[in-house]
This record gives sequence, C-alpha cells and structure tokens, in this order.
Amino acid sequence: MDINTLRILATVASFIVFIGIIVWAWQRRKTSDFKDAANLPFTND
Amino acid sequence: MQVSNTESTTYNDGVVRQFSIMAVVWGVVGMLVGVIIAAQLVWPELNLGLPWTSFGRLRPLHTNAVIFAFGGCTLFATSYYVVQRTCHTTLFLPQLAKFTFWGWQAVILAAAISLPLGFTQGKEYAELEWPIDILITLVWVAYAVVFFGTIGTRKVKHIYVANWFFGAFIITVALLHLVNSAAMPASMMKSYSAYAGVQDAMVQWWYGHNAVGFFLTAGFLGIMYYFVPKQADRPVYSYSLSIVHFWALIFTYMWAGPHHLHYTALPDWTQSLGMAFSLVLLAPSWGGMINGMMTLSGAWHKLRTDPVLRFMIVSLSFYGMSTFEGPMMAIKTVNALSHYTDWTVGHVHSGALGWVGLVSMGAIYYMIPRLFGQKQMYSIKAIELHFWLATVGIVLYIAALWISGVMEGLMWRAINIDGTLTYTFVESVKAKHPYYIIRLLGGLLYLSGMIIMLWNVLKTATSGKAAVATIPPVAAHA
Repeated sequence: MDINTLRILATVASFIVFIGIIVWAWQRRKTSDFKDAANLPFTND
Repeated sequence: MQVSNTESTTYNDGVVRQFSIMAVVWGVVGMLVGVIIAAQLVWPELNLGLPWTSFGRLRPLHTNAVIFAFGGCTLFATSYYVVQRTCHTTLFLPQLAKFTFWGWQAVILAAAISLPLGFTQGKEYAELEWPIDILITLVWVAYAVVFFGTIGTRKVKHIYVANWFFGAFIITVALLHLVNSAAMPASMMKSYSAYAGVQDAMVQWWYGHNAVGFFLTAGFLGIMYYFVPKQADRPVYSYSLSIVHFWALIFTYMWAGPHHLHYTALPDWTQSLGMAFSLVLLAPSWGGMINGMMTLSGAWHKLRTDPVLRFMIVSLSFYGMSTFEGPMMAIKTVNALSHYTDWTVGHVHSGALGWVGLVSMGAIYYMIPRLFGQKQMYSIKAIELHFWLATVGIVLYIAALWISGVMEGLMWRAINIDGTLTYTFVESVKAKHPYYIIRLLGGLLYLSGMIIMLWNVLKTATSGKAAVATIPPVAAHA
C-alpha cells in the first residue's frame, strides 16, 4: 500500500475516534457516573 | 480489621513536603537568574567580563531552573498529592518516590554547575549533557513507576481527570527526552546530536513545543483540575468537557512544533501543517480554560476574599490569553513579523509567569498549610501582596516586550524606496533600551513576590509540624 494512503487512513481514523469520544462523553446514561467522578476530589473530607 | 504492614492507612506526604518546599526555593533562584540576565540586557557590563556569568551561559541556567527545577518540583509535589487523594491509596514503592526527590535535586545541581561552566548540547530546553540526560531518564522512569503504580493500586474505580493529564505529561516527557537527547558522546561532557541538518531542527522543535505542551501545559492542567475545584469547593464545571479537552489536546499538540521553523529550510508543507495544527489548538486550550473558570460559576464572590483562588483564576486568564496569542503567532504571515523578536519572549512569559507560575503558586499555597497541620498560611496579607506584585510584574513585562517586539519587527522590515534597509540592526537594539528597563522592573516585582512567598511558606512550615492525613476506608466508595 502507498505510504500516503496509510497516512490518510490514520488521519481519518483518528478523526473518527475523536468524534466517537465526543459522542461517548456526552451520552445521557453516563451523566451520573461523571457526577460521581467529578466529586472524587471531595471524597476525602 | 487487621491492617498488614504493607497496607498503609495514611497518605505518603513526606516526599510532597520536600518537593513543595524545594519548588519555592528553586523558584526564587530561577527567577533571580532571570532578573540578572534581564539586567544584563539593559547594562551589558553586568556580565562582569567573565565567561561563567555571561548571558549565553546564564540564560539556559534561568530557563532550566524555572522550568525543570521550579516547575518540575511543583509537578512532582502536586501529582503525588493528587494521585494519592483521588485514588484513595498511598504512593506505590515509597523508597522509589524518595529516589525521585533526591535524583531530581541531583539533576538540578548538575545543571546549576555544568551550564555556567559552558557544557551544553546546544538544544534549547535540552542543554544538559549526556551523563545528566541519563540521570534524568532514570529519575523519570522511577517517577512513572511510582505514579502509574499508585494508579494501578487505587481503591476507587474511576481514574480522576487530573491523573489523566499528569499521566500524559509523564509519558510524553519520557518520549520527548529520549528522542531529542539521542546523541553520540565524544567525551564525558561533550556529545553530538544523533540527527543532522533540518531533521535535527525539526526533532528539536518537536521536543521544544511539546515540552511547552506537555511539561508546561498538560501537567499544570492536572493541577487545575484538582486544585481549582478544591479551592472553590465545588466540582469541575463539566466532566464531559474535561474528557474531550484531554483527548483534543493529546491529538493536537504533537503536530504544532514546525511553527518554530517558519521560513527556514523545513519543507513548506511541514510549516503549513504546523500552522494548521497550531490554529486547531485554540479549541482545546479555550475549552479547558472555560471549564476551569466556569467551575466558579455561582461562587464568583469567593474571588473577592480568597487570594489563593485569585491566583488560580487569574492564571487561567493568562492561559487563555497566551493560547490565543500562540496560534495567532503561528500564522506564517504574522510570524514573518514576530519571529526572532521580543514578542516571542513576551508571549512565552505571559504563559510562564501568568499561567504556569500563578497556578503553581496557588496550588502550593493550598497544599502547604494542609501538609504542615495548619488551618491556613502564616500570613494571608502576604499572599495578597504576592498576588498584586506578581500580576503587576507580569503586565509590565509582557506589555514592554509586545511594544519592543513589534517595534523591532517593523524596523527590521522597513525599506527605503530604493530597496535598501531603513534601519541598521544596531538602531533596533538601541530603540529597545527603555522597554528592557520596564521588563527588568516587571521581573523584579515578580521575583519580590516569590521571595515573600518563600518567607510565608517557611513561616507556615516552622510554626506547624508534618501532618498525617488518613486514607478514607474502602467502603466509602463502592
């Protein structure tokens, strides 16, 4: 395979992964998990 | 329940105390050297005519001291403090953690001796010669083992976002250091880079820019994600945003390095790639800044009474400012004016003094009373004074260098109708003189704030004693 095709594929794959991360981070069923996570620094006191 | 010897019930804060105190000490030393070389630029005779005190040798001493000694000790201290408290466990391999402290101090000492003696690899922010590079590698591997070992033995399910930033900083700095410092030793204190020509330049600025991106940004964002919520007493504004912030920063920073080599022998496409990624960087940078600032939403009044919180929030404003300025300066046509001028130096200091410096000071002011069993710092008034000295110092510093930078950039490119240069180089140097005096004044103010901080920290430490913090029981977090 041409090295440039590989580069294009890597770039596009990275972009799709990033979009996936955005969708994952804002899905509704994660809300309460993230609320717990955000409160982790306060579980010591 | 029987508690075995290996299972500690208290946090290991000894090494955090050591690193916190040394961060402040090295801060004073590094900034003092900065003030000295700023004075040398105003009055060149201050180099005393000696090779060891000349600008070319003291300048890397200044940058290494503030970045790796002050910034480094701050990062060790805060990351060890935060990783234990957000993982509900003590530090992994405490003896190795001790080694990271003494090893890192040895690196700093070796730098403080070898740089004035003139030993250098000639790579910006990577000047230290190969034997010291090997010591850095050993300390860094130990740091990674302690940090990730602590995460691996955590008692909570989730890995808090601050630890993601600290972890990325540790891994990336290891990678950057190993690649850029690859060299062929010629003698004990002399080596030659493994790369040649423009490849060497590109490797150097891939390193240089990611040292900014991961040492001076990702690590300090880890500080922000723990200490801003703690000081404001409310969880971070959006945890979802913090996740996207992390990955966006990681995906983007690696590619921005070529903007340090605009209009050089570096291929044009590489320059454009660097410029494009630098522009993209604005989004994650501001996303993170907004996330930090909005943590205060509904509690803005706290800024009026809490100088420590003010340190943190003003540092975020400087972070926002310099991460807007940076992408702008990475645009090739803007860079044609700004490159090689004082504008670059001003930009770096708005990030270094404003963002890295202030957020470090805020975090240290948060930790010191807690580490020494005190309710608060010895003098709150002194923190107030420090805040104003530092802020006015930064504003004087960066405003002076904006003006002198743009001025000299314009003078260099000015041409007469017949195509000859309007100004000689020395005329541009002469024109900068008054701004160098203002810069020196700004630096002096910033340094004096740091000296007050040292006094305040030592007073707090000596009037208290090493505090023991207990780890909450496992059941508290199912």
